[in-house]
Amino acid sequence: GLFMWRLKSTGVRHIPCQFLHLCRAANDRLITFQYFNFLKRMYVTQCNKDLSQRAKPKSDPVVSPFHELQQLEQEKKVIHRISPIPSAHQPWPETSRRNELREVKSAAETGSVTAVRAESRDDRQWKEMKLRLDELPGILARLSKIKLTALVVSTASAGFAMAPVPFDLPCFLLASLGTGLASCAANSINQFFEVPFDSNMNRTKNRPLVRGQLSPLLAVCFAASCGIPGIALLTLGVNPLTGALGAFNIFLYTCCYTPMKRMSIANTWVGAVVGAIPPVMGWTAATGTLDAGALLLGGILYSWQFPHFNALSWGLREDYSRGGYCMMSVTHPGLCRRVALRHCLALIGLSAVAPVLDITTWTFPIISLPINLYISYLGFRFYRDADRSSSRKLFFCSLWHLPMLLLVMFTCKKSVLEKEDKGDLLGESHGRAVEIRLP
Amino acid sequence: PPAQSQNDWIGPPDKHSNLRPVIFYVPPEESPLERRLREARQEAQACNQRFWARHNQAFHQEKEEFIYSRLKAKGLQMRDETGQKATLSAEEMADFYKDFLSRNFRKHMQYNRDWYKRNFTITFLMGQVALARALRWLRWKKKNVEH
Repeated sequence: GLFMWRLKSTGVRHIPCQFLHLCRAANDRLITFQYFNFLKRMYVTQCNKDLSQRAKPKSDPVVSPFHELQQLEQEKKVIHRISPIPSAHQPWPETSRRNELREVKSAAETGSVTAVRAESRDDRQWKEMKLRLDELPGILARLSKIKLTALVVSTASAGFAMAPVPFDLPCFLLASLGTGLASCAANSINQFFEVPFDSNMNRTKNRPLVRGQLSPLLAVCFAASCGIPGIALLTLGVNPLTGALGAFNIFLYTCCYTPMKRMSIANTWVGAVVGAIPPVMGWTAATGTLDAGALLLGGILYSWQFPHFNALSWGLREDYSRGGYCMMSVTHPGLCRRVALRHCLALIGLSAVAPVLDITTWTFPIISLPINLYISYLGFRFYRDADRSSSRKLFFCSLWHLPMLLLVMFTCKKSVLEKEDKGDLLGESHGRAVEIRLP
Repeated sequence: PPAQSQNDWIGPPDKHSNLRPVIFYVPPEESPLERRLREARQEAQACNQRFWARHNQAFHQEKEEFIYSRLKAKGLQMRDETGQKATLSAEEMADFYKDFLSRNFRKHMQYNRDWYKRNFTITFLMGQVALARALRWLRWKKKNVEH
């Protein structure tokens, strides 16, 4: 915690440290720190890459705090690169990067600067292009954007949990694993396609393929060895519908969204669909059918993508412009803000539809109203002010808004028994209740 | 990179193109397939380097020109009293970013097509080379076992 505050005080205008600040504030909101660490990892990951990454789920890994810190260091290094690069004549001993980071963890501001300089010095050396097996897990984790995929697995789990059927643990685990593998595959292919562009953008220039830590062939093989078992697992172990959705989402992400990023601003909408599909997959994994509830959950995530992404892309206009990415924030800034606001308001509407479809009780729209109104307010501020601070506020809000919304949704979920009772009372009108699989 | 190394070496990012240069290792008994792969990679590297170096330099130059013209329109100097470079606000720069992106759109489209083609070719060649090497190794193993 102390370390994080130091980061802030260095005056580095640094999104993760603001986020960590938020992280501490959010602790008061009774969300577990673990989960927030999780989000932080997701965010740091997003920072490190081109923002518009939507990923598919992956089973939750146990990422050491070390790894997190490493990511954080890379972020800092990224920012420091803009300032003059320190000379190579550093009096520090030639310790390994990891040792530097360990020191940094318990040290003060100077320690953090040490780590940053060590890394940028390390970075400016020539490296042998040989695959080191001990580094491989870390490399593959970064290739598959593990943190982001882990977050998406949680949205798929939310979809599974919200489905009005008794909870089936093996199915749940298979679905999570399958979607996680599919996500790794999609992310790896995305990085494979974007090497020269990633090199030129500050957030993404430390990716494995950019640094030559991995050959493109290996990246493709990894993607295939994740994607094929992942989809097979979903199709055979869960149900064909979920498998089809998974395969479709990989296709949408790698073959539609990734090339479209450089062709038209419509990529944002495609990307929002990519983000909306995982909870739908979770739902279909549980129920086997694509019904209104699945679409509603997908709709909520679809709408959420816009304030999230548009706010984040606002601060990256220079990199996007130079890199040749067609994003609303660069070409149609008014539209960017309008769409973000529109979808914040849509979230309120969608939350109100949930009880109508019998997914949640009426308490859900009521309890979620404050947070939905708050994000809409921030969306309105972003729309009106169109500056960096309002975009950042909106972005950070979106980070805690989604998990909170899903949590509230889950707690307000209409219990299966309740529906059964209703079904008995009202006869055939609640057909779904009758079809419940008995444990 | 040391002379006795048998691997490729990758260096720090280039100042202009931000791409990392690779020095390719040429094995003494390089097969024609391997040579094709290496040449494809070298060509792609040179092409990328040329494109991005030129593109980035154009970006920075045009950015400077834009800032200069805007500052002049406002009646300000490039550097203020303390000697710091004057900058424009993000909103003013946004006009430049939009304009730059649309002007370079065609160039990017062409580059994209080119890059995707090269990327696929190189990866495919890598696959072929890996397969050839694996077969060679198996044959060598078989020969050793027989003896």
